[in-house]
Amino acid sequence: MQKEYTITVYTEDRIGITNRITVIFTRRQINITSLTTAETEIPGVYKFIITVMSTRELLDKVVGQIERLIEIHRAFVHEEEDVVYQELALYKVSTQSLDKGNIEQIIRENNAKIITVDPNYFVIEKTGHQQELLDMLKQLEPFGIIEYSKSGRVAIVKWSRRFHDHLKELGEKVEDNLNSISV
Amino acid sequence: MKTNESEKRSDLETITGATAVIRSLVAEGVDTIFGYPGGAIMPIYDALYDFQDQVHHILVRHEQGATHAAQGYARSNGKVGVVFATSGPGATNLVTGLADAYMDSTPMVCITGQVAASLLGTDAFQETDVINITTPITKWNIQVTKAEDIPGAIAKAFYIARSGRPGPVLVDITKNAQFAEFEYEYKACDYIRSYKPVPELNTTSIEAAATLINMAKRPYILCGHGVLIAGAEKALLELAEKAQIPIASTLLGLSAVPVDHPLYMGFLGMHGNYSPNINTNECDVLIAVGMRFDDRVTGDVKTYASQAKVIHIEIDAAEINKIIKADIPVLADAKAALEALIPHVNPAVRPEWLQSFKELDKQEDEIVNQPELYPTEGQLKMAEVVRMISERTNGEAILVTDVGQHQMIASRYYRFKNPNTNITSGGMGTMGFALPAAMGAKVGAPHKEVVAVIGDGCFQMTLQELATIYQTQIGVKIVILNNNFLGMVRQWQQLFFDKRYSSTEMTNPDFVQIAKGFFIPGKKVTSREEIVAAIDEMISHDGAYLLEVVVEKEDNVFPMIAAGAPISTIRLQ
Repeated sequence: MQKEYTITVYTEDRIGITNRITVIFTRRQINITSLTTAETEIPGVYKFIITVMSTRELLDKVVGQIERLIEIHRAFVHEEEDVVYQELALYKVSTQSLDKGNIEQIIRENNAKIITVDPNYFVIEKTGHQQELLDMLKQLEPFGIIEYSKSGRVAIVKWSRRFHDHLKELGEKVEDNLNSISV
Repeated sequence: MKTNESEKRSDLETITGATAVIRSLVAEGVDTIFGYPGGAIMPIYDALYDFQDQVHHILVRHEQGATHAAQGYARSNGKVGVVFATSGPGATNLVTGLADAYMDSTPMVCITGQVAASLLGTDAFQETDVINITTPITKWNIQVTKAEDIPGAIAKAFYIARSGRPGPVLVDITKNAQFAEFEYEYKACDYIRSYKPVPELNTTSIEAAATLINMAKRPYILCGHGVLIAGAEKALLELAEKAQIPIASTLLGLSAVPVDHPLYMGFLGMHGNYSPNINTNECDVLIAVGMRFDDRVTGDVKTYASQAKVIHIEIDAAEINKIIKADIPVLADAKAALEALIPHVNPAVRPEWLQSFKELDKQEDEIVNQPELYPTEGQLKMAEVVRMISERTNGEAILVTDVGQHQMIASRYYRFKNPNTNITSGGMGTMGFALPAAMGAKVGAPHKEVVAVIGDGCFQMTLQELATIYQTQIGVKIVILNNNFLGMVRQWQQLFFDKRYSSTEMTNPDFVQIAKGFFIPGKKVTSREEIVAAIDEMISHDGAYLLEVVVEKEDNVFPMIAAGAPISTIRLQ
């Protein structure tokens, strides 16, 4: 059965690594619905957080093929309940429409906050799950949304303690310096 | 910054990146390169000029030929095949060979020239994004833009290409990096922190596998290419003999087990032997060693060996459970796993199980093999030609085959005696593979007889390599089985497309005349009476020789399992 899965991939810091990972999805006609990547706490090790709609059976094979890549440390498939995750959205709203209702209440009720104020617009930030972010978008619509921007998923794996130790060990191992992005 | 700005070391020589390429290759033990020069790789070719006494460069006539030659070379002598090509079209011409080597786990390092780093991404003359083009078809690739990165990249390339499940690697070197000078130092690579080529052997899974085998009444070994790559032929036979387990082989596993071994039951898959396919669905424990359950082996996956417990011994974790679920996965090098397994396996006899193969063999022999191998009238058949080649070479030649009917026939009827004597394009099914691969195989194993069996269609895909064979004086024997058809496609058209022979009939040139144009002697044979003498003449000829054999025009390869059908539906006629 198709449902949403989170995939985490730990990689070396290499030019082209994103392409190497994504071609494995595209080969199997799987669409990546969001992708977040950044360096982990271990210098030189990157973490990709990918969300897709697919089946567990297929994704287990995909993850195996990702792990086969030389510059991949590990890759995992996670069910919804295996991860704690958040997404972040920014909403740019026109100041001129503030009199159209009680925007402060909306911000408060959504646990959002204003992060920038300008004479013409202000920017609200909210973290949450996709639906919560969309719900607030709807509430803000009467005020005139100038721009809406949402991140991919950031996830923490509930059972990941042992893997974190593995990562720390990795940090102690020498990496070569060919083609690193940061060179 | 990650590069260490180390102090200049007086003991290090300052050389160009181009010279460093050659020095690094020599350090890796490379003495043979197949390649083709061009603008972006000229500095490397210039450096090569100074190393002619150490490195034999074979000038091919097309870069695809270089890749297949490197594959043939790697498969005949176990070393990494090395290819040089220039940027742009030189690089894109490598694509088929890289994909073929990737599918068939062949160690190969391709070095391509690239435009100067300052021109990357500008659509410069002969610039192509070879890294992104080859990403899905290489085990690893890297673009090097600085001379000082060359030794490290080459060291890593060789380590990756030959370790674990071998595969092709591409190193793309920009022209500025080839020209630049730096302090050269070479360190072989034996460790990459994100790469674990050989998994640790899990003794629990070995014991579980042994328990299953010891309980089995009808165990069955499938021998794949991994057995040859791991050098596990002896261990495989020892296990089989100890517990009297019948063995069948995949296409790329052929030659791992001598065809005349009493436990060898034959060749698996779509055009394989009858009993090995039928009994896959009769065994109770299937021991798959170094193979990946290709769809040409399994047919319909749902019904494939569904009655059996599956032990899958495989070095590549991504292959386990990819197609067939393993009850006992053994993630390991085939040799290490088999050697660990043998002491735990009890001796056994199973005459009835072995006899069941013999009875099925009898049917195949009567209906297919005898009429194919020993016809007394009509046109020559491919099978009888292969039989005679097998007899006249005593099963000891390296057999290189192309793709199609002749490939299946040769794989079915050549009686292999020694490991690594079967070289073919399995996973990719690359027409045009055999001629250049045979060339490379002969260079890799100069004292062995190398016979390429090629279809008339395949031959015309890479026949320009006859010039390489002539220039380099490579003594390959070339047999063209000419039916003036793209035979396998025609067979499918006959069986599945209502005999609508769409674009499969060939009006062919005079192959012997073509060979003559390349100063390679040859002969054309059309009748049964001439064939033995012609094969003998070919074998006894000192040097390359082309034998064209005109065979039955509309012959079919049987047995056959229709694509995606259950293997139990294998038909003999």
